[in-house]
Amino acid sequence: MARTITYREAINEAIAQEMARDERVIVMGEDNVGGTGSPGEMDAWGGVLGVTKGLYGRFPDRVMDTPISESAFVGAAIGAATGGLRPVVELMFIDFMGVCFDQIFNQAAKFRYMFGGRAVTPVVIRTMWGAGLRAAAQHSQSLLPVFTHIPGLKVAAPSNPYDAKGLLIQAIRDDDPVIFAEHKMLYDTSGDVPEDSYALPFGEADVRREGDDVTIVAIGRMVGTALEAADELAGSGISAAVVDPRTTSPLDLDTILELVEDSGRLVVVDESNPRCSLASDIGAQVAQEAFGALRAPIQLVTGPHTPVPFADSLEDLFIPDASRVAAAVKTAVDWTK
Amino acid sequence: MTGTLSSPTAQELTPDELLEAYRTMRTIRAFEERVHDEFAGGDIPGFVHLYAGEEASATGVCSHLDDRDAIASTHRGHGHCIAKGVEVKPMMAEIYGKLTGSCHGKGGSMHIADLSKGMLGANGIVGGGPPLICGRALASQKRGDGGVGVAFFGDGASNQGTTLESLNLATIWNLPAIFVAENNGYAEATSSSWSVATDDIADRAAAFGMPGVIVDGFDFFAVHEAAGEAVARARAGGGPTLIEVKFTRYYGHFEGDQQLYRADEVAHARENLDCLKRFRARVTADGQLDAAQLDRIDADVAALIEEAVAEAKAAPKPGADDLLTDVYVSY
Ligand SMILES: Cc1ncc(C[n+]2csc(CCOP(=O)(O)OP(=O)(O)O)c2C)c(N)n1
Ligand SMILES: [Mg+2]
Repeated sequence: MARTITYREAINEAIAQEMARDERVIVMGEDNVGGTGSPGEMDAWGGVLGVTKGLYGRFPDRVMDTPISESAFVGAAIGAATGGLRPVVELMFIDFMGVCFDQIFNQAAKFRYMFGGRAVTPVVIRTMWGAGLRAAAQHSQSLLPVFTHIPGLKVAAPSNPYDAKGLLIQAIRDDDPVIFAEHKMLYDTSGDVPEDSYALPFGEADVRREGDDVTIVAIGRMVGTALEAADELAGSGISAAVVDPRTTSPLDLDTILELVEDSGRLVVVDESNPRCSLASDIGAQVAQEAFGALRAPIQLVTGPHTPVPFADSLEDLFIPDASRVAAAVKTAVDWTK
Repeated sequence: MTGTLSSPTAQELTPDELLEAYRTMRTIRAFEERVHDEFAGGDIPGFVHLYAGEEASATGVCSHLDDRDAIASTHRGHGHCIAKGVEVKPMMAEIYGKLTGSCHGKGGSMHIADLSKGMLGANGIVGGGPPLICGRALASQKRGDGGVGVAFFGDGASNQGTTLESLNLATIWNLPAIFVAENNGYAEATSSSWSVATDDIADRAAAFGMPGVIVDGFDFFAVHEAAGEAVARARAGGGPTLIEVKFTRYYGHFEGDQQLYRADEVAHARENLDCLKRFRARVTADGQLDAAQLDRIDADVAALIEEAVAEAKAAPKPGADDLLTDVYVSY
């Protein structure tokens, strides 16, 4: 039975169901319980934005607070994964990857290949990404391109509650290290989510909207922005398809190529900085594989090549909005050789 | 906690220095209380972490510093900024995200900085400051200007690898660095009595070959004295010191925190331990200052904060022309 719950609740439910199903699943992170050693209540926080709230009450031995020592505890989660546990470790804001990046990209990501296929490292690193919370340059980045770049890591970036639950369950069951990127501006959005447990396979894009004139690929929060733009464009007689890759590694290029073969136009929307971004990556792959089908230059809609600014007036300019997406679509549609 | 007995330092401070210290602490308190109210009113965006209750630390340490010296701060940085001489009006404007702010609205509360004052910035990354301070201390050492670097960091940050690596580096390079561990009892909701493996953070100093001291963070004079020794040692080429300052914060981790993890320690601290109350009681009992002088400062500060808020609210926001600037010096 599906009911309407939030993205935050969907993530919490996915973890709870997997913990109930599999005793090897443990959860750890800064204030994932909240209140350890303190005089007041335990589970006072349940994560900085309340995502893990209540898990401690149900699984007190398997939900752990950590000190602010990301190298040590993210590394410990990775080590525990090689030792038979299935840790779900939280790296609060994705920006903090700078503190513990060695453990992620030189250790977790490399084990399997470096050790000749003998290692499995079933760790999930949950992390919040994206701009919009007026949280400024060190708490608002995307950084998904950085993780996507690294062979050995899988990267999931759900855009809605249904995908969040299914992708997280898959991430926990997956034998590879997974970066599970939760967009912080989506936590309070809601949608229909089945109560039962289900896993969504990685590397399968979701075509959120059909359309013949142009194919829009969007990631995370930008899926909603692209859908808004598509609605707007329908009013001017332009029919836009919107595709959500759901995982950026593996990437379902086939679905994107099929759509571009039909529409002949591609717009990629990604709030990351533009250089070496998901947009430039997807755009380049499509250019290489489907050059003959293209009727217009690929349009990339991204944040600018700047850190994320604090002031609301600037942050709103930083983040791509529906009108920028619609303008990019019009550029592609109006293109004549 | 160490006691609150008269320390020799108190006698060494001139009336002007005492007034200055009081003004700094009062300015921080009034600034934070106002930001608390404005945030509750919905006027301030983003994450805001307040320093109220901890004023004696920034003030006691920074009263020994001058323009040669640099400090690195934390996410809870307003007090460090004010104590290092950053102007209050641009700070307030920054918190509102205005063009007139210390960082032209690009940084916000977590990134207020004034490099011209040796204030290297509040910092959104826990443990981001100590390595930078090793570098500032190294620069002073190489220039031979007698300058010191001070890293303020929390009990939570004391568990960060960057902090521990910096303590080691500072000793082996004999850097003129001071590490001020502000132990307010919590990192977010987590108790420092749990997260710090030793009884006290200062215990770790021995492992890194430097002196470690613990001071009552509600006592300006205790902080002032400990910091004075550490700064003098550093300036004289005697190397780094770790000072653990113990107190509690008056507000939540950030504005909006329900604080379910706390007991009622704040009411007790405000009533019995408050650094401003104790400062007042002591200097007036000693006859060093009279209450009217302190009241005048309170009034001046209240007027300054009022103006700062009014001007911040009226100031323009940055616009499209500002989005792409300041990424590089040249590109
Ligand atoms: C590297 C990093 N990890 C986690 C955080 C999130 N965070 C911000 S403040 C904070 C607690 C800091 O505690 P403490 O160092 O004791 O300073 P206090 O807030 O008590 O002043 C945490 C975990 C962060 N900003 N940076
Ligand atoms: Mg603390």
